[in-house]
Amino acid sequence: MQNPASLPRPGSRLVPRVLIGLALVLTLVIVVAPLIYIFTRAFAEGAAVYAKNILDPLTLHAIWLTALVAVIAVPINIAFGIAAAWSIARFRFPGRSLLVTAVEIPFSISPIIAGICYLLLYGRQGLLGPWLEGHDIQILFALPGIVLVTLFVTSPFVAREVLPLMQAQGSEQEQAAVTLGASGWQIFRRVTLPNIRWALLYGAVLCTARAVGEFGGVSVVSGSIRGQTNTLPLHVELMFNDLNVTGAFAAASTLTLIAIVTLLLKAALEGRRG
Amino acid sequence: MTITIKGLTKSFDDTPVLRGIDLTVRDGELLALLGPSGSGKTTLLRIIAGLEWPDAGQLVVAGEDWLALSAQQRRIGFVFQHYALFPHMTVRDNIAFGLSVRPRAARPGNAEIAQTVDELLNLLQIEHLADRHPAQLSGGQRQRVALGRALAIRPSVLLLDEPFGALDAAIRRDLRRWLREVHEKTGSTTIFVTHDQEEAFELADRVVVMGDGEILQIGTADDLYDAPACPFVARFMGAVVELPVNISDGRATARGLDASALPVTSAPDGPGRLFLRPDSIALIPDPASPWQLSRKISTGADLRLTLLGPEGQEIPVDLPRRSAPPVEISQTYRLRPSVGALFSDDAAGAAATPIRLSA
Repeated sequence: MQNPASLPRPGSRLVPRVLIGLALVLTLVIVVAPLIYIFTRAFAEGAAVYAKNILDPLTLHAIWLTALVAVIAVPINIAFGIAAAWSIARFRFPGRSLLVTAVEIPFSISPIIAGICYLLLYGRQGLLGPWLEGHDIQILFALPGIVLVTLFVTSPFVAREVLPLMQAQGSEQEQAAVTLGASGWQIFRRVTLPNIRWALLYGAVLCTARAVGEFGGVSVVSGSIRGQTNTLPLHVELMFNDLNVTGAFAAASTLTLIAIVTLLLKAALEGRRG
Repeated sequence: MTITIKGLTKSFDDTPVLRGIDLTVRDGELLALLGPSGSGKTTLLRIIAGLEWPDAGQLVVAGEDWLALSAQQRRIGFVFQHYALFPHMTVRDNIAFGLSVRPRAARPGNAEIAQTVDELLNLLQIEHLADRHPAQLSGGQRQRVALGRALAIRPSVLLLDEPFGALDAAIRRDLRRWLREVHEKTGSTTIFVTHDQEEAFELADRVVVMGDGEILQIGTADDLYDAPACPFVARFMGAVVELPVNISDGRATARGLDASALPVTSAPDGPGRLFLRPDSIALIPDPASPWQLSRKISTGADLRLTLLGPEGQEIPVDLPRRSAPPVEISQTYRLRPSVGALFSDDAAGAAATPIRLSA
């Protein structure tokens, strides 16, 4: 509230106004405008064409495949994240600092390098290629390859969220549970898990968003076979290359919707995480 | 439960924290482990709890080898310095935790658990807090809940790590009296760790003074006050005035010192150290003494004096303001202690022979 007796503040208010204006304009131009453009282009030829594009069997398959990959990869990475955070936060062991760094590697490596590594490892000419072929196991250009690369790319999210929290909370509550006679599983389920649940959920949401949107690494190992190994982001690119611009934007709009839902979930969780 | 500890040692990364602990705790006793930080007292408590394991030694409780038992099997009640309450559970659920995690065969029924919790809430005078979460409680209330949670499993031994360390002075005094009452009602063998001697003496039956990983002395408040076993205990017990003296025929002599009120001891002749408390020194005007009064501050009840000595050392002396004879700045005084602890320098440091010295 303005105090009527307050004196005018010396100096100009120009600098904060310019900075605020700049931030607003940049956000509009760089973030909001392209998002709106996706939907205007997707609906450019009307809702009927939009529906037809989305219900196209190849697009539906891409949506289904993307969801399947996320459903497999996210739970595995939740388990990995908890295990990594738990062992780093609670124990001193040889190789611990190496593990701390290793968990973060996927953040600093371009996903396409991960894709190429898997290609060299599991490919026909790769290290394990002949053995896999001999046992009739197909990893590349199939679901396992896509899942593996997605696992690699999304592995740090849960661990990164849970680890600082577990380190800050320390292990006294768990020790208290031990002295009260609780077993390891009881301690995890009744003491550890409730303490990290919001951070865990937050990490899982980030992990899901990344799993759904991953392009670079997956494009190397999937082979982009339409109706077989084509995930939604790859499908958008293929349609764009086919000059099916409206179709590409329609598919892109589903990805965008997923992203917006993720954002809302993330915002809702952020408050509770503290 | 009688606790017998023999030859317990423990090192962290080559740094010894316990150097051979021998201790017997009597059944139903309330024992304090007193010492400065780094003396190993918390490590000893955690070993008894089963949260740490010793490198060597024995830990026998009621005839049972506890080093063969896990922390879960020992059924101890442990109260952590920062309480370690479960933040997502209500007070009631926190207290019930130890009972609710028992294997099905040994787990009391829900009604029985609820009744036990109600009894504890009553004993701890926190019935009105039963449905709150720890974040909604004050420090003293959290302390009570932590104790309730530990008592719920009817522990064989109750262990408390700096139980009042995080509380302010008034609440500490209150809780101390109250813990004593709880101990008398439950009768369980109880060990608590503290660095506060007042707390140790007010609460405990016996006090174990620890320093640098060793037990230096075990006794009652009077034992430790009157006859500290070594310079470390003397200093820790508040005898902060340390005078270099000569010992001859069992008496301390030094310029400006009148030790006639102290009894003759068996200390060997030679150089030594006399440890005195600031409040047990009388000042007698003496122009020939090298001790000169350099500062005088009144706290209302006491005069806090500083005397400057022959080699430039300063010592504090406390006198009751209304009953002490008047003293003047720049005057010189003879020191006439009524109680003191004398240690021969040969005995150098912790291993000194205990010499009883009291009026």
